[in-house]
Amino acid sequence: MRHDFLDRYSRLDSPIHRVRAAVKLIAALALVIAIVLVPPSRPVFLAAMAVFLVAVAGFSRVPWRFLVWRVILLEPFVLGVAILAVFQPGGWRLFLFLVAKCTLCLMVMVLLSNTTPFADLLRVLKNWRMPALLVTTLSLMYRYVFVLVDEAQRMKRARVSRTFTPQRARTWNTMATVVSQLFIRSSERAERIYAAMCARGWR
Amino acid sequence: MHIPDGFLDSKTAVAAAVLAATGLGVALRQARLHLPPRRVPLLGLAAAFVFAAQMINFPVAGGTSGHLIGAVLAAVLLGPSAAVIVISAVLIVQCLMFADGGISALGANIFNMGVIGGVGGWAIYRVVSRLVKGLFGCVVAATFAAWCSTVMASIACAGELAVSRTVRWSVALPAMAGVHMLIGIGEGLITALVLVAIARARPELLQPDTAAEPRRSYDTIAAYGGVIALGLALFVSPLASRWPDGLDRTAEVLGFKEKAVAPIVPAPIPDYKMPGMHWSTLGTSIAGAVGTVVVFALAWLFARALVPKGKPDRAGSPRDVP
Repeated sequence: MRHDFLDRYSRLDSPIHRVRAAVKLIAALALVIAIVLVPPSRPVFLAAMAVFLVAVAGFSRVPWRFLVWRVILLEPFVLGVAILAVFQPGGWRLFLFLVAKCTLCLMVMVLLSNTTPFADLLRVLKNWRMPALLVTTLSLMYRYVFVLVDEAQRMKRARVSRTFTPQRARTWNTMATVVSQLFIRSSERAERIYAAMCARGWR
Repeated sequence: MHIPDGFLDSKTAVAAAVLAATGLGVALRQARLHLPPRRVPLLGLAAAFVFAAQMINFPVAGGTSGHLIGAVLAAVLLGPSAAVIVISAVLIVQCLMFADGGISALGANIFNMGVIGGVGGWAIYRVVSRLVKGLFGCVVAATFAAWCSTVMASIACAGELAVSRTVRWSVALPAMAGVHMLIGIGEGLITALVLVAIARARPELLQPDTAAEPRRSYDTIAAYGGVIALGLALFVSPLASRWPDGLDRTAEVLGFKEKAVAPIVPAPIPDYKMPGMHWSTLGTSIAGAVGTVVVFALAWLFARALVPKGKPDRAGSPRDVP
């Protein structure tokens, strides 16, 4: 089981973790909207926001290295689009502004996801009248994503331990077989889950 | 293709969110009415499957690697409405758990990848698999539809970025579409390989319940079609029609751009224009059409290689995948 990188720190205990999930979700939304709406002439606001987020991160007791690493991992997507902005008038200024804005939004979302368990967020969404089928799908997905990622890693380990480094054409075929096995196993698991749900009086 | 927070302005984000909510609403209603209860857990498991499958890396040349996106795979295996729900669930979890794709851009992402990628890809799959029969037809259709769905989603994404005035249309379209025409080839190959592997191991999984989607539901087709058409009208068409008159200004940008963007757009027809063609709109359309035909031919050859002609279809091959 090496998949706890998925949400390792969302169950720590800190002043930030203890805030109710609904409050944090609304606050995160408000912060993101505020950051998105800043006009390019107000860099001071972005700096203030950065100081605030760093303070929140400090209070949350989530390790620094982890937070910084997560933001850096997501940064290529931001840079990939922002680099296109360079090719228009006022390019570099717009580029820096976009990168700053997006990085701050990323920090907000990384903090939200690492201080709030997903189950709590889901409960909030349920209270906000999200359709029941979508809530069921999301909660089943959250429950089984760890199981399936684990299964995929086990299949990978089994394959690596049985084969030499293969040729590229073969690799794709083998990988596709792994993906197809993963789907077959998850659909079989879904049938067992349905039987278990019925046995416990679902619907 | 996950748009992060900060790239979309408020009007684009709100418009895309309304469109995505409508599309997702249609899909949820459709599933509530027609999805048998037996298949409800499969939605959650399929979402977890798509998420886990996206973590499996397929090696590409030069140390880089790509992964499955899975919209067309989900649509072929589960039907279009279920695919919209599954892809939306994946995007919501990626947004809330991993900050991958912004929360203000969640609507745009669901619209691009779930509604356009899933339903649009499925429509193409359906048309092609009607024309070409058997497992061979299924593979041709899935390969081609996966490519189309990736490219269509990237064009919608480029349109949203351009309408938000983050990136100029003349830069966004060639860059996004060009890169995704390459990514789409990988997506098509992976989708086809996975489908063939599933057809070999468990052919019955390739025949989704006919009860899940009623044969002809014009209101659903009209609802999805309306949402997609409205989205294209809002995000793509104003830019496409504004293009020719802004040509003088874009020409200098294009000249400026050619040096810098060329290495990341290794399109077979350089810079999306037929050589010697001055109308860039016409040139782009023709280049796009030629590219599409070439991809269809490639999909045909690839499917022929995977499913040889003389060999009779296996016992349970999907004879008429609905």
